[in-house]
Amino acid sequence: MSTQTTDVDVPEAGDTGGIGNALRDYSRRVRGGDVGSLPAVLGLIALVALFSILEGDTFFTALNFANLLNQGTAIIVLAMGLVFVLLLGEIDLSAGFAAGTSAAVLGVTLTNKGWAWPLALLAALITGLVIGFFIGVLVARLGIPSFVVTLAAFLGLQGIMLLIIGEGGTIPIQSDVLLAVMNKNMPVWGGWLLWLIVVGGYALISLRAIMRRKAIGLAGSSTSVWLAKVVSLGVLLGVAVYLLNMQRQVIRPGRQTCVEQGLINKPVGCIPVIQGVPWAVVVILVLLVIGTFVLGRTAYGRHIYAVGGNSEAARRAGISVSAIKISSFMICSFMAAIAGVLLASRDNSVSPTTGGAQTLLFAVGAAVIGGTSLFGGRGRVIDAVIGGLVVAVIANGLPLVTQQSGIQFVVTGGVLLVAASVDAISRKRTSAG
Amino acid sequence: MSDQVPILELKGVNKGFGPVQVLKDVDLSIYPGQVTSLVGDNGAGKSTLVKGIAGIYPFDSGEYLFEGKPVHVSEPRQANALGIEVVYQDLALCDNLDVVHNMFLGREQSRGIVLDEITMERRAKETLAGLSVRTLKSVRQQVSSLSGGQRQTVAIARAVLWNSKVVILDEPTAALGVAQTEQVLNLVRRLADSGLAVIIISHNMNDVLRVSDNVACLYLGNMAAQVQAQHLSHGQIVELITTGRSGDMGLHPEVLNGTTV
Repeated sequence: MSTQTTDVDVPEAGDTGGIGNALRDYSRRVRGGDVGSLPAVLGLIALVALFSILEGDTFFTALNFANLLNQGTAIIVLAMGLVFVLLLGEIDLSAGFAAGTSAAVLGVTLTNKGWAWPLALLAALITGLVIGFFIGVLVARLGIPSFVVTLAAFLGLQGIMLLIIGEGGTIPIQSDVLLAVMNKNMPVWGGWLLWLIVVGGYALISLRAIMRRKAIGLAGSSTSVWLAKVVSLGVLLGVAVYLLNMQRQVIRPGRQTCVEQGLINKPVGCIPVIQGVPWAVVVILVLLVIGTFVLGRTAYGRHIYAVGGNSEAARRAGISVSAIKISSFMICSFMAAIAGVLLASRDNSVSPTTGGAQTLLFAVGAAVIGGTSLFGGRGRVIDAVIGGLVVAVIANGLPLVTQQSGIQFVVTGGVLLVAASVDAISRKRTSAG
Repeated sequence: MSDQVPILELKGVNKGFGPVQVLKDVDLSIYPGQVTSLVGDNGAGKSTLVKGIAGIYPFDSGEYLFEGKPVHVSEPRQANALGIEVVYQDLALCDNLDVVHNMFLGREQSRGIVLDEITMERRAKETLAGLSVRTLKSVRQQVSSLSGGQRQTVAIARAVLWNSKVVILDEPTAALGVAQTEQVLNLVRRLADSGLAVIIISHNMNDVLRVSDNVACLYLGNMAAQVQAQHLSHGQIVELITTGRSGDMGLHPEVLNGTTV
C-alpha cells in the first residue's frame, strides 16, 4: 500500500453531508471549471433586475412575462435539439431552416392539400427526421465537417423552402389545435395542476433515488439538500404560475372585463380576460423531461456524452460512433421541426422568413449561454431552457430600453461571446485540473 | 513454472504485413497468477504480438491455445469473450464522464431502458476495493480531475471488472511519476496475486524486474527467450533486447545470423 500524501480513503457510505457540504462541493466544482448553468442563471437574474429598474412599468408586467415566454419558445426548442449535436462537438447551422422547411411542409399539406392536422404535423416532423438523417450520414459516414455540411444545408433548405411555399407566398395555418399551442392558455386551475405535477414529480423521483441509494448503502445527498431543492423549485415555479395566472390585459379606467359584465361567451365591448399558463410551456416541459431522461438515464444518452468526450475511446468500447452521430443529427432536426410548427402556430402562417433571420444564431447562443460546451461532451437539455430565457429576456427587454436595432445586435452578440469565453476558460481549467 | 498449465499459449505464430515478416514462429506461455513482462526494442514486434492476442490483427499462422484448447481469435470481441482485456497506453477514457461511467462504458447495466446506476456504482466500488484501491476520493469524480496514476487505475479496474482472466497492460508506467509508478506497480502485483494472468509491456527494466514473474524478450520478431525473472539481471535483459542473446540464453547463432542477413 502506498502512503502517498494525496491518497484519500474512500469515504464511508452514508450522507454526503448537509446543505453546507453541498454548497462547498458545488463551489469546488465551479472553481474546478465545471460551471454548468451558473453564469446563465446569474445573467438571467441580472438582466431581469436591470430591465425592471430601467423599464419596470413595461418590462416587469404579467403581459410581458407571457410575451417573453411566447417569443422564447421556438428558440428554446431549437436549442434543445442543438444540445444533442453540440454534445458531440458538432454544429448544425441549418436547424433554423430545417424548422422553416418543416413548417412549410406543414402549411402546404394542411392548407393547400387540406390534410387533417395530425397528418400534416406528422409530415412536418418526418421532414425534420429526413433532413437530419441526410446531414448525419454526410457527417458520420463521409466525414465531411458538420460546419460545411450544415452550411450547405442552410442554403439548400432555404431554397427548398421557397420552392415548397412558392415565391413570396405566405400560407395561413388553419387549424384551431395547432394555433392554440402558441396562442391559448391553460385555465387557472390547469396551471396549478401543472405546478403540482412538476414539483411533486420532481420531489418524488429524487426522493426515491436517495432512498434507494441509502437502502443499498451508497452515499447520496442528504434529505435537507433534497428539501431545499424541492422548496426552491416549488417557490420559483409557483411565482411563475402565479404571474401567468394574473389578468394580463391592461384594464383602463371606466371599462370592465367581460367577466365583470357576465359576457364570457360573447366578448363584445369589454376587455377579454387573458390569463393562464400558455400551452407552449407544456410543450417545453414535456420535451425537457424526455430530453433529460434520454441524455441522463439511458445508455444511448451516455454514449452521446462518450462520443463527445473521446470518440476513439467510445469506438474501442464497442459504441457505434456513426450511429450515435446520425441519430443525434436526426434528433436535432426533429426538434427543429417542432420549433417550426411552433413558429407557424405563433405567426398563424408560414412565410419564407420562418426560421430565418437570427433564429438559428439565437438558438445556438441559447444552448451555449446555458452552459453547453461548443467543444462537445458537456451540456444538458435544461441549459437550452435557461439560455433560451436569457436570449428571450434580451430580445424582449432591450427594445423597451432602446429602439436602435444596432445596439440590440451588438448586445446579443456580446452575450454570446461572453458565454463562449466562459465555456473556453472552464474547459482550460478542467483539462489543467 | 513448467509444472503449471498456461492459461494462454501461443505456438509458432507468424504475422506479416505485406513483405515484412513481423513475427516469426513466436512461442509464448502465459500463466495465471503471474506477471509476464514482454520486452524488446522498438520494432521487435511487441505491439503486433499483443494486438494478435487481442484479436485486432489476427495471426497468419500458428496455434492459439486458451485454457489448453485451440481457439480462433480474429476480433477484439472474441478476445473479450474469452476474458482477455487490453489496457492501451492512451487508456481510452472519456474525460467528461465519471469513474463509474468509464468503467462500464459500452457495457452499461440497465433495468429496461433506464441505466442502473446503483448496481454499476456498487460493482465499480467492489472492483476497486478488491484491487485495494484507496486513491480515489469518489467513484463519481469526473475522470478529468484524476491524476495520471488514478487514470491508469481506473483503466485497469475497467479491464478487471468483467471477470477477465488475462489482462494486458501496454506501457502502464510510461507517463507516470515516481509515486504513481509505485502505485500502479503495486496494483499490477495485486492483480496477479488475485489469480489473474498479467502481461505487461515495458521499457523500464527496473519495473520489469520488480513486478515480473517471468520475462519474454522479443528480438526482431523472434522470441529470444522466456525466462523466470529471478534468474535474470538487469544487464542480461538489456543484452537479450539488444542482441537477442545473453550467455546460454537467447536465440541460436544460426537464427541470429539468419535474421541479420
